[in-house]
Parts: sequence; structure tokens; C-alpha cells
Amino acid sequence: MASRTALQQLSRRAATLVNVASPSRTAGFSTLTKVLHQHNAANNSNNSSSSSSSSSQPETHFGFQNVPESMKEALVKQVFANVATKYDIMNDVMSGGVHRLWKDHFMRTLAPTPGTKLLDVAGGTGDIAMRFLDYCKETHGDNTAQVTVFDINPNMLEVGKERFTKTPYHNTSQVSFMEGNAENLEHIPDNSMDAYTIAFGIRNCTHVDRVLKEAYRVLKPGGRFMCLEFSKVENPVISKVYDVFSFDVIPTMGQIVANDRDSYQYLVESIRKFPPQKEFAKMIKDAGFTVMGQGYEDLTFGVAAIHSGFKL
Amino acid sequence: MSARIFTRTNPSALKQCLARTGTNSTLARSTRAATAAPCASLFTFRSPLEAPTGKLYEGHIPISPLQRTILAVGSAFTALANPLRGDMVAALGETTSGIFLNRIRDQMLQDPEGRRILRERPVITSETMQLDTLRQLPDGTFGREYVRFLDDQQVSPDTREPVHFVDSEELAYVMQRYRETHDFYHTLTGLPVTVDGEIALKWFEMAQTGLPMTMLSSFFGPLRLSSEERKRLFNVYVPWALENGSTSKLLMNVRWEEWMEKPVEEVQRELGVRPCPQV
Repeated sequence: MASRTALQQLSRRAATLVNVASPSRTAGFSTLTKVLHQHNAANNSNNSSSSSSSSSQPETHFGFQNVPESMKEALVKQVFANVATKYDIMNDVMSGGVHRLWKDHFMRTLAPTPGTKLLDVAGGTGDIAMRFLDYCKETHGDNTAQVTVFDINPNMLEVGKERFTKTPYHNTSQVSFMEGNAENLEHIPDNSMDAYTIAFGIRNCTHVDRVLKEAYRVLKPGGRFMCLEFSKVENPVISKVYDVFSFDVIPTMGQIVANDRDSYQYLVESIRKFPPQKEFAKMIKDAGFTVMGQGYEDLTFGVAAIHSGFKL
Repeated sequence: MSARIFTRTNPSALKQCLARTGTNSTLARSTRAATAAPCASLFTFRSPLEAPTGKLYEGHIPISPLQRTILAVGSAFTALANPLRGDMVAALGETTSGIFLNRIRDQMLQDPEGRRILRERPVITSETMQLDTLRQLPDGTFGREYVRFLDDQQVSPDTREPVHFVDSEELAYVMQRYRETHDFYHTLTGLPVTVDGEIALKWFEMAQTGLPMTMLSSFFGPLRLSSEERKRLFNVYVPWALENGSTSKLLMNVRWEEWMEKPVEEVQRELGVRPCPQV
């Protein structure tokens, strides 16, 4: 199909654009918009030249824009390749350090027992994995807990591996890294994991329902699915302040710290596009999980939320 | 004029205003005229959370006044801490330029060569400057010294950050031209591309253009120098820069592309710039 070869050319060009960027002028702004503009230009020329109606590619959202489904993965990959080295600093800047409190609470809610096998999807730079291993060591004095850090983006995994070299878990069997797509965990056998976590990753996946189905498949019966994700703020006053902060402050800070306004613009737009708490809890139930009560817990007035389900 | 001062550029406020007063009132007519203007005026009330215009030119990023403030402060600290972040230096210049670009543009309009520049909008890249042709020129000509300077420093005219945050197409060109002609100032004045040479050049530009960015660099830049460099800067370079910057012809009006074959001394004489004392 013409659009598929166009996509392949675009993602290949996007990859080369990232590689040739000089360190002092990081590529984020120019390459992301270049890829999108080229796509829009190609679309316009295709539409004007052909007489048939709109393309048959199903579309999905990429922030506030609509892109073909097949392209979203390449674009998200580009975003995280751009932000990988500054990811942790920007998390601290964007949340004022509060993301650490969220992740600490997340791990205390999971409350893993000794010997737990955890699959940490979209684990990238390893924040959750490190907290998991630290929790088991400090609360139970346990060294048999294992975590697999799983991510679609090799740059993020590199940063994670780098961080783990400075911990006592480096070169042990407690942590392993795997690159792959959360929608298709083909190398992970059924019923093999005690717990599955995905923190601030699921909203970037193209097909959230497939991610949930795969999570259900790989968990053992009795296993727990936990998701930490940005969600909807119900309180109207705080919601307004949050909107101003998201759309005015965060992209500007992204430009100042990482010279990449567009990636952070995408990140805040993708938060608005993700389903609110109750809807996502229903999606988790539809995937087969059993949820307790409402199935979610709000953090910081709903800026973030922990969703949880059990496979019974 | 008074109606314009109290006009909001917020389109929903405009609709309410029209509905209330009827489309024939003078207030509504002037309101509509003001909102139809393509560039943001500094004299209309703007919500601090809305970008005042849409995208006006290639590379334009419309930002709200709140974003502009954050970017100005953040880029000031980042540029001071890490002067190699060229994008932050550029962002600082653009967010603080405000009404000063208007003044430079007006001064350009008063000079025939400046008017020609604004009309023709020449762009300085390695193609338009034809660097290979310039290298063939005899030594001592402006063009030959310019290319020698570029080759020594291993820079090219293509590495300048494009303008993003100026809310007017014409003023964005003025800013772009100001940035692109910076290398010519080095050739003209003989200042080196060391940190103190750049600061001296910023003092010179401050005397010429009055841009707040030049003031910030002039006053805070010397903090990064050693005391000996600072002494030399304030004893030798700054007095020279202030005197020559204020008495010379406004260099924004110079069509540098046409001065390439003249000897450097002639260019300096015609523009009223004495070469910088070499220390």
C-alpha cells in the first residue's frame, strides 16, 4: 500500500534525523515536526492527486493530532528517544519531585512479598523496578525477588541499565532488561508473572485493550495488575491551574532543560486524550481482571491514579 | 485610538461586544479592525494565558505572555550557566526584544539602504554569500578577511538558530538579520571570538541598538571572566565600544553583501568605526 511505504520511509528518515543531530542542537523540535509535516504534506498530495475518498488507514490520536495508527508507534518512539537522557530531570521539574511520592506509594500499595516475579512494562529508566527491589530488601530482607524491565524504546532501556550499574543489583539475577512491544509479549510465557506494573506508559500505547489482554495472559492466577498513570482532575479550580501548568509551563521547561518543546507538548496532550478513571477501570474489567471497589485510587486530586486488578 | 487601547483580542469577547453594541457602532468597527491585524500589538489587553496570534511565519511558535516570562527568566539563567546553549541565548534575545525591534525597524526605515534591506529581505547563508568566490578575493578586502575569520573559527553562516518567538513577520526578519550580521561585526571591528571579545561586541551593539539582550550580556557576561580579562574589558574594550557604537552609522542599515570587495580600512572609514585596539 502506498501509505505503508510512505510510513516506512518516514520512520526511516526520522531515525536517521535523530542519529545525525549534533549534541549542542538536539534534534527534538525539528525532527518531530519535520516528520509530522512531511506526513501531512504527503497526505495532502496523495489526497489531491487521487480521486478516491479518504485513506483506508484507521486513525488514532497522537496528542491532539490525528495520525494513522501504524504511524503512532514510530512517533512515540521518536519522542522517547529524544527525551531519554533528560527524562528523570524533567520528571522532577514537571512534578516538583512529587512523582517520587507517587511511585513510593505505588510500591507500598503493591506490597510485594519475598520471591515475587515482577514484569515492569514501560519500565524504561527503572524507577519502579528499583523501588520494587529496594522494598523487598528493606521490608523482608529478601534477595530472591526478580524484576524484568520491559520497554519498547532502546534509549530508555540504556538509561535504565546505566542507572542500575550504580546499585547493588547490578549483574545479579534480580534484574533483567527486555526490549519489546507491550501489545505483544510473545517471549513471555502464559501464567508466569506474579505481578505486572506499568507506570506512565500505557497512555502511549496504540491499543490499550491489547496491552491489557497481554497483561492478563502472562499473569499467574492470583497475580496482580497495577497501573500508575496520569488521569482526570475533577475539581474545577485545580483543573484550571493544572491546565495552565500543563500547557504553558511544561513545554517551556522542556525547551529550557532539554531544547525540545514538541516532545513535552505531545506528553501533556496525550494525558488529556487518555480515558478518565472510571472508563479505564471498566477497560481493565473487560480484559478479564477482577477489580476491588471502584478499581482505582486518585493521587494528588486526580492528577495521577493507581488502577489495580487481580487475575482470579 | 482610545478604543484600540481597551480592545481585547480575545475572539469570544469580540463576539459579545458585537452582539451587545450592534455591528454599526464605531467601537465594534475599530475592534474588528484591530483583531484583523496580523501582528500582535503591544497596546491591546491580552490574556496572559493565550497566545496573541496564530503562526505567522516559518518557524514561528506563538506563546502566551506567561510562557514568554518563564522562557525569558529560564533562558537567562541557562544562557549564563551554559553559554554554549545557542538556542537559549537566541530565546532570551527574542523574548526580551519587545518594543526595541520596532525601534530598530523604524531606524532602518529612515535610511535608504535600510529600506532596501527591509524590502528585499536578503538572507545570509553560505550559498548566498558565495564563500568560495570570497576566498578568491585579494587579502585585505572585507570579503577575504570575513572568510578567513569564518575558517579560523570553523563556523559557517548556516548555524544560526532561526527566529521563533517574535510575533511579527517583519520584526522576525529584523531579528534574523541582526543575528546573521554578527559575524560581519567581528570582521569590521577586529574583535576576537573570545568571551571578552564577544562581551565587548555586545557593549558595541548595546550602544547601537539598545536591545535588552545586549544589556543583559554586557552587565552579566563579565561575571564569567577572570579579573584580568575584566580589567582589560573595562579599561580598553568598553570605552572603545561605547564611543564607536554610538557615533558610527547604524550597522543594521549596511548591505554587507555589497561591501565585500572593498578594503577593510575603507569600510571602517565609511562606517565611522575605528578598529579596536589590539591588546
